[in-house]
Amino acid sequence: MEFLIISLLNGLSYGLLLFMLSSGLTLIFSMMGVLNFAHASFYMLGAYIGYSTSRLIGFWPAVFIAPLLVGVLGALFERTFLRKVHKYGHVPELLITFGLSYVVVEVVQLVWGRLAVEFRPPELLQGPAFTLVNHAVNGLSVLWGAAPASLCNAADAAVRVVCSPFPATRGFMMLIALVMLLSVWLLLTRSRIGLVIQAALTHPEAVESLGHNVPRVFMLVFGAGTALAGLAGVIGGSTFLTEPSMAATVGSVIFVVVVVGGLGSLSGAFLASLLIGVVQTFAVAFDYSIGSLAAQVGIPLGSAVQGNSLVKMTLSQVAPILPYLLLVLILIFRPKGLLGTREG
Amino acid sequence: MKFALKALVAAAVLAATGTSFAQKGETVKMVRIDPLTGLLGPVGVSQGKGYQFFAEKFSGAGNPAGVKFEVTLIDNKLSPAESLNALKAAIDQGARYIIQGNGSSVALALVDAINKHNERNPGKEVLYLNDAAVDPDLTNSKCSYWHFRFDADTSMKMEAMSSFMVDQKDIKNVYILGQNYSHGVQVAKYAKETLARKRPDIKIVGEDLHPLAQVRDFAPYIAKIKASGADTVITGNWGSDLSLLIKAANEGGFNGKFFTYYAGVTGTPSSLGQNGAGRVYQVAYSHYNMGGQMDKWMAEFKQKYNDDFYTGSTIRIFETLGAAMAQAKSTDPVKVAAALEGIKVKSFNGEVEMRKADHQLQQPLYISVWQKADKKYPYSPENTGMTLAPVKEFPNYVSSTPTSCQMKRPS
Repeated sequence: MEFLIISLLNGLSYGLLLFMLSSGLTLIFSMMGVLNFAHASFYMLGAYIGYSTSRLIGFWPAVFIAPLLVGVLGALFERTFLRKVHKYGHVPELLITFGLSYVVVEVVQLVWGRLAVEFRPPELLQGPAFTLVNHAVNGLSVLWGAAPASLCNAADAAVRVVCSPFPATRGFMMLIALVMLLSVWLLLTRSRIGLVIQAALTHPEAVESLGHNVPRVFMLVFGAGTALAGLAGVIGGSTFLTEPSMAATVGSVIFVVVVVGGLGSLSGAFLASLLIGVVQTFAVAFDYSIGSLAAQVGIPLGSAVQGNSLVKMTLSQVAPILPYLLLVLILIFRPKGLLGTREG
Repeated sequence: MKFALKALVAAAVLAATGTSFAQKGETVKMVRIDPLTGLLGPVGVSQGKGYQFFAEKFSGAGNPAGVKFEVTLIDNKLSPAESLNALKAAIDQGARYIIQGNGSSVALALVDAINKHNERNPGKEVLYLNDAAVDPDLTNSKCSYWHFRFDADTSMKMEAMSSFMVDQKDIKNVYILGQNYSHGVQVAKYAKETLARKRPDIKIVGEDLHPLAQVRDFAPYIAKIKASGADTVITGNWGSDLSLLIKAANEGGFNGKFFTYYAGVTGTPSSLGQNGAGRVYQVAYSHYNMGGQMDKWMAEFKQKYNDDFYTGSTIRIFETLGAAMAQAKSTDPVKVAAALEGIKVKSFNGEVEMRKADHQLQQPLYISVWQKADKKYPYSPENTGMTLAPVKEFPNYVSSTPTSCQMKRPS
């Protein structure tokens, strides 16, 4: 039971990190129609800038300052480069962000070096947020913080006690993602700025003639989107690892999230992130292979077939590539994504 | 005519040096092909410093042949394809000695390429000095005359590790976790084989392979290991794959033992920190508290680079190469290879021998355990205040494993 809960929480926390990342990408796409290939690069910049600022002034101010700086960089990029190529259509826009992603990797390696940096979470977040104690006699209970050693070691050797702490960094990650989801949603649907942004997407001329500066709105949206990536970077970098290939490893997964959720749909991205996080985490737990499944349903396999490495490959071994399989399936059977409105 | 000229020049050179040490004063160009970037970059970078450091120490009067060693580094990003490009670049630069170690996948590709190169380019042969790739195939079914391994292979290390586990009666349920490529697969295979032979009472409660240097989050694996009821994990993981695994184990409250190959490698001591005392073991041909000359070298290395030196096979390479070149009276790889076969040198932990049958170095192995640094074992990697203290030493013959190598020697 505690395995189920911990795995679910692990999956949800990873999924929420993916959501933090993909929400900015979704925002930019749905507002401006730009598929920002450099989005994961802004995530990496967030981690590195967060690392440097947290060494200077501490972690907590860095959580606010680093995303702000990344957002400013994003807005500057939109203002000086993206806007120039906007009139040439989608392909040049896509290519310029693609180029930017390479430039950012080189810049990061020049400034911070090619190796991982040690980005430690603050004292408060080190250690467990809570501990699940599974007592063979007393059942399951939850304790805030770390459980005392006496509780995790039963005096009676026959009684099995398992303590499963849940890291505070992951709890923090979940909290931030949920707060972010709520505020972005409120901003878009309940505020005046949100109305202008939404109108600027579909009827830019009408909005412009009402006296709103549409290019500036786009710049702000792009800046806000990259700031969200920067925030994810600070959280993800301190929880996992801050190093120059971090953009490349999440870059492909967030596109899966955005496509599976439905291009431009924030709630779709939320659903897809959680789905991918949970599926990937639980897939690790299953040792089923095609061979073992065939044996269970009673299909006899020859020894040559059983020895085949593809037949023997377990679900846990392919867990890291499952999101891409999901991407292919979605593109075939539901091109507009789970909650998307546009045609694929 | 051309031949006569060559002979004349050779004779003149011989006359000029006036001694039998034809190779004295020559520069031996060596290229190390290894990851310097990416998740496993820190390991390659640290080892690169070790090569620069010891090339200096062993050059000139430091070796019996009196040659100068020169090592350059090429980044292969841990990719076999990139490594083949790097090999070509190295040969074009005139290097006749190639060093590589991180990743048996890379090693297998290099062996193949070097075999072909040497066959097609007589007179321009290159030697492959393997300092860390431990897939047993490299000295068995895929053995090559041009390949020499200075680390102990998976089967040897597992032999020592399982001999140690024989006395550890509290080990009952073992989980095997590894990287999904030749090395991880071999570790799992030999772990099951040797445990079945020496500790048939131990239950293997689970086994998993994950992609090499791809996983950021090992929490799901730790949850699975806990649920399996394992009290011990055997893993061949190295670099970030071991650091992140142990970090996740500490965060996830897994209190079992870890039997590892590479606990002392860059980044892992830091992630172990004060945790894991008395329950993380390492099997290797050296450890952080070897004593004697090694202690002085390590102190000097730390002073110079602010880094820890742990790849002792670097030293072995310079020692045996110097001895072989003196014996062959040449730096020509063909002659040196012949001299390397069966060579015995006195190294930092006793006599080691390059076995002629398969080019696998025969050497003592150590089991060490992560614990607080103290007076007896003071060396503290990455300034953790902890150390790897030796708990058992196995002489050469214990870990020596048979070979099925049928080597084709140049006639």
